[in-house]
Amino acid sequence: MDIAQELLNGNRLALSRAITAIENEYDDAAEIMKKIYPHTGKAYVLGITGPPGAGKSTLTDKIAHEYRSQGKTVGIIAVDPTSPFTGGAILGDRIRMNSLTLDEGVFIRSMGTRGSLGGLSHKTADAVKAMDAFGKDIIIVETVGVGQSEVDIVKAADTTMVVLIPGMGDDIQAIKAGILEIGDLFTINKADLDGADKLVREINMMLDLDTFMTDWRPPIEKVVANQGEGITELIGRVKQHREYIEGNGELTKRRTKRTRDELMDILNSRIGAYLKKKIVDTGRLDDLVEKLKARETDPYTVADALTSEMLK
Amino acid sequence: MDKKIRVLVAKPGLDGHDRGAKVVARALRDAGFEVIYTGLRQTPEQIAEAALQEDVNVVAMSILSGAHPHLFPKVVNLVREKGMKDVLIIGGGVIPESDIPALKEAGIAEVFTPGTPTGDVVKFINEHVKA
Ligand code: B12
Ligand SMILES: Nc1nc2c(ncn2[C@@H]2O[C@H](COP(=O)(O)OP(=O)(O)OP(=O)(O)O)[C@@H](O)[C@H]2O)c(=O)[nH]1
Ligand SMILES: [Mg+2]
Repeated sequence: MDIAQELLNGNRLALSRAITAIENEYDDAAEIMKKIYPHTGKAYVLGITGPPGAGKSTLTDKIAHEYRSQGKTVGIIAVDPTSPFTGGAILGDRIRMNSLTLDEGVFIRSMGTRGSLGGLSHKTADAVKAMDAFGKDIIIVETVGVGQSEVDIVKAADTTMVVLIPGMGDDIQAIKAGILEIGDLFTINKADLDGADKLVREINMMLDLDTFMTDWRPPIEKVVANQGEGITELIGRVKQHREYIEGNGELTKRRTKRTRDELMDILNSRIGAYLKKKIVDTGRLDDLVEKLKARETDPYTVADALTSEMLK
Repeated sequence: MDKKIRVLVAKPGLDGHDRGAKVVARALRDAGFEVIYTGLRQTPEQIAEAALQEDVNVVAMSILSGAHPHLFPKVVNLVREKGMKDVLIIGGGVIPESDIPALKEAGIAEVFTPGTPTGDVVKFINEHVKA
């Protein structure tokens, strides 16, 4: 099957196979990306992040239903952690999304982080493109349950939603420091539990202290995801944010930066592969390391010589 | 290349016994597979569609309620109808020996009954998933 062409024709199995090719870095992955790239850039990407168990998947399910009722098609990429010891993973986000499985306007794909530390997989961005080219209107990316440093989602998403829950105690301090800065909007989930209003106040205080804030002050919305309460309002906030960044050029800026970063990433990995072929695979690196061990030369001199040789 | 074997562990029908499915899911994860677990009470249609969206190499179903003669073959047919010809489909749970030949006839590659060491399941998958 011509995976790229079939994907563009709306074949769901082809979309699925394309994402596998991307994830596993199959030989045909680059060819697929080349063919689908002209058809990307149309979808709107909503990132959902927050600590483990905050209700991100439950919320994703409800948000997707809401978009469906507005007639929009939805792609979902749900990332869960890969075990650094075995390389295996249990991808359990779908458990909360079973009612979407048979809706043809929705496509859900689970991904393991596979060694990536930023809360996404290295291949998430390309998987988003596959769903975009397939024609999904909205693509929701659920990150792994994050602590504070896993903030790659801002690079992948147009709007980033941070989900927090009451009763996190002092944890909230650490989490706040890391992921508060990335939220375009804050969702306080499990508002049925005690402490939701207190959390709203705390976040408001943090936002008051934020001196870098633009004239978009991230709204804070209370929801009860498992009962579907507050979802319509929440989607309204996402829409507001979208209109805001579309109106002031911020969306274009974000996407330009993303395109730049992606190109640089590809170039860096190409150069890395080239170096590996020329220096590592030929055994030259080992020879050089021996010279370094004997202190016959130093790493900077070697690097100068190699770069001028390679880049001429 | 960074190929990983992906397995959908599914509980078809109304059967609420999920210990076995969870034990198997964890063992497969520990063997380095990516396991998609969709929870209880899945219809055959949901299982087949999840298998498609996740592009799994293996569909692994667990039934202890006795509904396997009907549900297992149904999933096989739906998965094949979706064009997933190579997917390995296996089952386990409380399944009488006498039912196993018919299940295999219907396309279930292997059936694992109570007491099976999970290592056997890992071995079977490693041997039967086409690289
Ligand atoms: C524990 C148990 C329960 C627990 C379940 C807890 C849970 N969350 O799972 C509770 C108390 C809730 C329960 C309830 C019932 N149970 Co009950 N239960 C059992 C019991 C004693 C053990 C099952 C178990 O957990 N084993 C441990 C796990 C690890 O083993 P396993 O599931 O067999 O899995 C192993 C293998 O089979 C295999 N495997 C299993 N699945 C898969 C899948 C794949 C892909 C692979 C590769 C391998 C594999 O690998 C595993 C590791 O070796 C069995 C009897 C028995 N000895 O099997 C009865 C049994 C399954 N229950 C039975 C019944 C009838 C019921 C009830 C209907 C009772 C009632 N009248 O209310 C209810 C129904 C509940 C429901 N909603 O469906 C019957 C089923 C009869 C039948 N099949 O014809 C059994 C067989 C008891 C009996 N002899 O009558 N039960
Ligand atoms: N009380 C309450 N529980 C909720 C609410 N929303 C979700 N939950 C429960 O919270 C638990 C975790 O929900 P998930 O949606 O799996 O959370 P998650 O953030 O996706 O979890 P990870 O992906 O593992 O980080 C589940 O048991 C949900 O039923 C809510 O509004 N109130
Ligand atoms: Mg989740």
